[in-house]
Amino acid sequence: MDRDQVRRVAEHARLHLTDQELDMYAGQLRVILEAFSELDAVDTEGVEPSYHPLTVEDEVREDESAGWEWDPFANSGHREGRFFRGPRIT
Amino acid sequence: MSVTRSAGLIDERLRIFNHLGEAAEPGVGRLSGYYLSVKDNLCVRDMPATAGSKILEGYAPPFDATCVEKCRREGASILGKTTMDEFGFGTFNVNTPYKVPLNPHDRERSTGGSSGGAAAVTASAGFPHLALAESTGGSISCPAAFCGVVGVTPTYGRVSRWGLIDYANSLDKIGCMARTVGEAALALSVISGPDAYDSTAIQEPALDYTDYVDGGVEGLKVGVPREYYGEGVEPGVTDRVWGAVKRLESLGAVVTEVSLPHTGVSLSSYYVIAMAEASTNLARYSGLRYGLHGPLEGSFDEYFTAVRSAGFGEEAKRRIILGTYTRMAGYRDAYYLKALRVRTLVIGDFKRAFKEVDVLATPTMPVVAPRFDEIALLEPVQHYMMDVLTVAPNLAGVPMISVPCGKVDGLPVGLHLVADHLREDLLFRAAGALEVS
Repeated sequence: MDRDQVRRVAEHARLHLTDQELDMYAGQLRVILEAFSELDAVDTEGVEPSYHPLTVEDEVREDESAGWEWDPFANSGHREGRFFRGPRIT
Repeated sequence: MSVTRSAGLIDERLRIFNHLGEAAEPGVGRLSGYYLSVKDNLCVRDMPATAGSKILEGYAPPFDATCVEKCRREGASILGKTTMDEFGFGTFNVNTPYKVPLNPHDRERSTGGSSGGAAAVTASAGFPHLALAESTGGSISCPAAFCGVVGVTPTYGRVSRWGLIDYANSLDKIGCMARTVGEAALALSVISGPDAYDSTAIQEPALDYTDYVDGGVEGLKVGVPREYYGEGVEPGVTDRVWGAVKRLESLGAVVTEVSLPHTGVSLSSYYVIAMAEASTNLARYSGLRYGLHGPLEGSFDEYFTAVRSAGFGEEAKRRIILGTYTRMAGYRDAYYLKALRVRTLVIGDFKRAFKEVDVLATPTMPVVAPRFDEIALLEPVQHYMMDVLTVAPNLAGVPMISVPCGKVDGLPVGLHLVADHLREDLLFRAAGALEVS
């Protein structure tokens, strides 16, 4: 990854990096990705990906509403009545 | 002296607690008389929960994690929240804007991470104590080994993740630490089991693992994977671990060599998957509903970017960028999907091995606890390489326990025992036998 790629990916993830951070990450991430490239040498032809380490069985319950005793706004500093107040959209 | 005061003195010496409450008198139940420390990525009602990150500053969850609630119900008294690497991103518990804990055996050395505070208090508490901790790639085993305590990471899904602040959903496992194998078995028995709040929790009811601690190892088949004893493991560590394996053999276990051929590439597979999942989990922090807030200036993107850039630390940003990159169009097949396929091969290694043996025995970490000045010289990729012995079982979601097996120059060494999915009983048999030998 070069400096520009790092900046573009960071923007995509809603992160602003300083010039110093861009320099640091560009160097480090190149080394880390080089290390990851060892995966290329592994033969995975016909091997299915494992999204979980073991089979996860979905458990379902009756479709009945359950109480919610917690105030969802309790930790927000941007509350307005029964809404979260956000920054302007346009 | 009150337990809270005693814990406060330990905290002054070792920098362990992000939050230390006034411990209530223990109640009635299987954990009556025990004081519980809780890793700071687990929610405890009305106590701050930072997960070691500034982005969660000020957050006080209004509910208990399921594992916390189960411990309360069994009479445990909550002591406080233990320090950790930011979101679990670290091997030495130095990646946090909060307290960096000091190793009780040598305060110039790391406790290990990411559950460093949990291990340090477990090693130091002069009162009945259990620690709740969490592992994604080795965050229970590593600090347990460096601090000389017992650390259990159960099968993926054995303990509900409800109330855990996620790092990587397919890898995160809540476990525990204790001074003895029996106490670790007791804690795991309490926190295990199905939970309506976590659809990935295994539905089978919890066992009472304390039943197995005195079971002995007569006839138990112990596998020694050759890939875990090679280059990079300090000779003193290898020596102590072999000593423990020989003790198991003298107690009636049958020791054989096995092979886990994909061990070498498990590190890259683990880090690609963990970072990809972390980058999606950390997308939720936007400075609106909880945690760090800023003045509502600029557009949505400008506001989110400002809060996130101020709130995440250096390692968190590194992992968000890498995780985002490996999931992007054009790179997803080469990194993310490839890593998931390699994970299938790693799981296959373990499944084949467990057709031959009951448990695997390896060093937990390749080194003893390093000094902080040594850690400061390491590049990020060298930090990641320290996890080489713990990531494979974490990737496979199999249970593991780190037990103390001696010291090198006064510093503890951990023996890592690993079993097949849901065979925690075998781990407690082997670890229990070693403890009394």
